[in-house]
Amino acid sequence: MTSQEGIALETNHKRKKSLSLIKFFKNKDTNWTTTILLLIGSLIILFPLYLTLTVALKSPQQLAQSLLAFPKELHWENFSKAMKLTHYFRSFKNSSLIAVPTVFITLLTNSMVAYAIARNMDKKFFRFLYYYFIAAMFIPFPIIMLPIVKEMSFLGLDNRLGLTILYIVYGLSLNIFIYIGYIRSLPISLEEAAIIDGANTWQIFWKVIFPLLKPINATIGILTALWAWNDFMLPLIILNDRELMTLPLVQYVFQSQFSTDYNLAFASYILALAPMLLVYIFAQKWIISGVMRGSVKG
Amino acid sequence: MAIPALVLFFAFHTLPALTGLFYSFTNWRGYGTWEFVGLKNYINLFKDARALDSYLFTFKFAIVATILVNVISLAIAIGLNAKIKFKTTLRAIYFIPNILSVLIVGYIFNYIFTFFLPDIAQVLGINALTKSILGNPDLAWVGVVILAVWQACGFNTLLYLSGLQTIDDTLYEAGSIDGANKWQQFKAITFPLIAPFFTINMVLAMKSFLMVFDHVVALTGGGPGRSTESISLLIYNGGFAGGEFAYQTANAVIYFIVILVISVFQMKVLQKREVEV
Repeated sequence: MTSQEGIALETNHKRKKSLSLIKFFKNKDTNWTTTILLLIGSLIILFPLYLTLTVALKSPQQLAQSLLAFPKELHWENFSKAMKLTHYFRSFKNSSLIAVPTVFITLLTNSMVAYAIARNMDKKFFRFLYYYFIAAMFIPFPIIMLPIVKEMSFLGLDNRLGLTILYIVYGLSLNIFIYIGYIRSLPISLEEAAIIDGANTWQIFWKVIFPLLKPINATIGILTALWAWNDFMLPLIILNDRELMTLPLVQYVFQSQFSTDYNLAFASYILALAPMLLVYIFAQKWIISGVMRGSVKG
Repeated sequence: MAIPALVLFFAFHTLPALTGLFYSFTNWRGYGTWEFVGLKNYINLFKDARALDSYLFTFKFAIVATILVNVISLAIAIGLNAKIKFKTTLRAIYFIPNILSVLIVGYIFNYIFTFFLPDIAQVLGINALTKSILGNPDLAWVGVVILAVWQACGFNTLLYLSGLQTIDDTLYEAGSIDGANKWQQFKAITFPLIAPFFTINMVLAMKSFLMVFDHVVALTGGGPGRSTESISLLIYNGGFAGGEFAYQTANAVIYFIVILVISVFQMKVLQKREVEV
């Protein structure tokens, strides 16, 4: 057997071997090195969540014995204790009563403002409005932080309603930027056809434009919901009344009372993180495509 | 609809900003009487070691975090864009940190840094890490960086991923026919074509990290000492509890100018690079 024949046989053998592997993994294009690296990387994301859940389910003695192991007996009572201590349902209600109206009113109003500006950019006033709102993105919040607290308590708005207003107003800058980019890509002929049919601006917006905004509304809705639900700084400075506190703020306020009991604290963290996690598990495809779309159009 | 928006925006955003600017020239403590002091607050700020330290910490943190987040996010995005198994699941997992409250995640990381890492270090015999890094004035900022990177990568990954999906596959085919290796393809095709996404990611990440607040509150509260007191936290602490309302608003005005200059500078430099390639 010549050496060439040997090589030929060997490559043939290699090919057969890899063919069976291909059959095993079905898709010959799959990049397994990358897949495995990404799977290892995802452990870095999942590990803190695993740790949180197991600590929340242990007793202090179990925790002292072993930090990492899965709990032998599950201490569900940590959750009920944490719920009682932090008035969980009250803060859950507060968070919802701020986040849900914020999302709906933001979608209804910010899209209208963006539409008005997008279709009147030839007019000086609307061009001014556009740059005025966009420029505000560069003003850091701390410059407003101290005066807004005085203003809100002076107006009697140091409550849920006040926070909702602030989220809707402060979202305007970025939302207008994203909406206008999207509205400009819509053909103007649709509106011209509606005008010929005798529709006024109001009807054009609700019957023609708003339905077309569905994908970008999803994006704005998701980003607004994440922000209004998870925000800590605005509730911290605006809300004084304990009864009105939101989920993240409650964790901050009760931190000192958790200081010795980590199991209780972690049960409380899980309870505060759970609503968003559950929504995410059911809607993750939708959420991810929504965020990606916003970045391309914006 | 545009008029009410203008009025509301002016009332809740521009007006407080202007009030802040006005008070920055007074000596108001947030209560009681006040008088004009001219530029005194601004002059004092430049001599204030506490303010200077907070700027140093914030910059150090923001620059390191911005670079790390962009490098890691781009790497993850390229990986998630390759022909891999479990694509949807992996994308879903990498975005999880972004849907969670930074404050609560911060408390969890606080525990990991305080108990978990020292335990592991003890078992592995790494003496340097057997004490919590959050208790060490020289290392506490690293903890803040780790939390920030963990939390922010998912969002930037998605932005890069949407950029990568705008690239036509035929370019890579042409590249591999010309004999380009993976790194050459990345340098010559991928990176130039997602340059606008790189610009926007750098600017957004830098801007949000310069505002860091929740991370610090949850991990260190600004300590040990004042080694991790960010500018936002200093303005909050001094302004509300310290009776330095006017003084800290002056600080916020300087902070605004700093952020504006950095953002414009970043845009100019990065966009210039976009045009060249």
